[in-house]
Amino acid sequence: MAKRIDVENLSIFYGSFKAVEDVSMTIEPRSVTAFIGSSGCGKSTVLRTLNRMHEVVPGGRVEGKVLLDGTDLYGSSVDPVGVRRTVGMVFQRPNPFPTMTIYENVAAGLRLNGVKNKKRLDETVERSLRGANLWNEVKDRLDKPGAGLSGGQQQRLCIARAIAVEPQVLLMDEPCSALDPISTLAVEDLITELKPKYTIVIVTHNMQQAARVSDRTAFFNLSAQGKPGNLIEIDDTTKIFNNPTEKATEDYISGRFG
Amino acid sequence: MSVTGVPVDLEPPSGQEPTEVPRGPGRLGDRLFGGSATLAGTIVIALVTLVGVFLLAQAIPAIAKDQVNFLWSREWNVDSEPLRFGVRDLLWATVVTSIIAMLLAVPVGVAVALFITEYAPRWLARPAAQLVDLLAAVPSIVYGLWGVATFTPFVGPLQNWLGSTLGWIPLFAPKYQSSLFVVGIVLAIMILPIVTALSREVFSQTPRTHKEAALALGATKWEMIRTAVLPYGQPGVISAAMLALGRALGETIAVTMILSALAPGSPWSWSLFNGGATFASLIANNAAEFDSPEKTGAYIAAGLVLFVLTFVVNAIARIVIERRKAFTE
Repeated sequence: MAKRIDVENLSIFYGSFKAVEDVSMTIEPRSVTAFIGSSGCGKSTVLRTLNRMHEVVPGGRVEGKVLLDGTDLYGSSVDPVGVRRTVGMVFQRPNPFPTMTIYENVAAGLRLNGVKNKKRLDETVERSLRGANLWNEVKDRLDKPGAGLSGGQQQRLCIARAIAVEPQVLLMDEPCSALDPISTLAVEDLITELKPKYTIVIVTHNMQQAARVSDRTAFFNLSAQGKPGNLIEIDDTTKIFNNPTEKATEDYISGRFG
Repeated sequence: MSVTGVPVDLEPPSGQEPTEVPRGPGRLGDRLFGGSATLAGTIVIALVTLVGVFLLAQAIPAIAKDQVNFLWSREWNVDSEPLRFGVRDLLWATVVTSIIAMLLAVPVGVAVALFITEYAPRWLARPAAQLVDLLAAVPSIVYGLWGVATFTPFVGPLQNWLGSTLGWIPLFAPKYQSSLFVVGIVLAIMILPIVTALSREVFSQTPRTHKEAALALGATKWEMIRTAVLPYGQPGVISAAMLALGRALGETIAVTMILSALAPGSPWSWSLFNGGATFASLIANNAAEFDSPEKTGAYIAAGLVLFVLTFVVNAIARIVIERRKAFTE
């Protein structure tokens, strides 16, 4: 079910501004890849090109290729809506639909796909909430508003919503930055549990988190203010944190800047 | 007692007077502002109450002298004693024209608001929004003139066609040209900017995170609007519709100009193509003839019904919004 992602010579633009330049990398299935780097270096932007969410921003466009198991996501015959059904996303701030119940939040993706069968919806909601380690906390109040949960629960609800449609890839854009340490731990445990089934890409500002959850780490950096961001290197997480090839990476992870 | 064994001195250092909290300047401004805000609020409440009391006080004696059922009678004869007046025809004309206006204006207004906020390219969105707002600035009398001179003849063929093909339905029985139907459409145009402007405002405030949540699940644009924008904007749209309905119920001059009056004693008809009078247009038409207290009281009683009608409509809207509240915070 998990798929492999190959990024080839990807440059990303906001209108005429080049935000990220010439990124090439391979993201392995059934693994966790972390994107680290200082603010504004384009790591979230790269993440958002992997499910074509970048284009939602007016003026957003890309050059280059993103191959999902060999199929170019930016091919002329590819529908962005279809891409987003295959590549799920969890955002920085928990964003459950405020007008929907917990149940409806998880079922939202299935309903978009036209699933009406009550039994199938029930099963998927339970399976997804169990998968997101949230079932025991909410099983008695599925008909309550999702916005009434705590921040950490809301974020796990969003993860449940994302995995309910059984995506091939799960993108996470700083999923713990708005959470307290205990909720963060819960989400990190969840990432480790999801790993055998999905290709997971996570953007994080927290280097300990990258070290804890990821198998591979990509380091992004800006050469100068106003210049596009670059991928400096991508390698096994242990190598990046212990013996990086590039001087800039070493400076960043040892806290000398950024 | 200190846990660490180090003695902790909890007493303030001796020899010092406890310092007084300084009284800063600006307290006066606080009091002035608080006072004037409270005054303004009180005045509004008092005004609404007084309007209600006035209507009741003037209407009750007239209703007491009424020889027919005030709510159910179709007669309106206040020129000679004994008074015989009832509001059934007025209620019907007012409610029907407003319903037609709402049925047309709310869906179209919401669609226009969605077009402006979600679909229109940026260079078009602002001018389009301003143009719709401009509709709200057109005076009622101009709508009335336009309705009489241009729009009524224009809708004539449509009315005739509806009358001849659907005339077997009582609602569409052929009657007159200057009908409730035409008034409803003109009212719809008049309230369209209210619905559009307020809906646009709430739609544009939909948090980007909600929209992205929907898109990231693989929603198409329309599905995104359905799952994120419309639920978020729903209470706002209901409020907009209620404000618009308030205007439609009370609109006077355009209705007075367009709607053809019925001869006294004409038979009851369900037809939308019938003439008639709304509360507001009846009162306006007769405003020059309030010569006896009883007569005036009869018209004020009609005004009271209109007041209660708008009040009930607003209360229902409040209840609908309250019930959704748990899901919007």
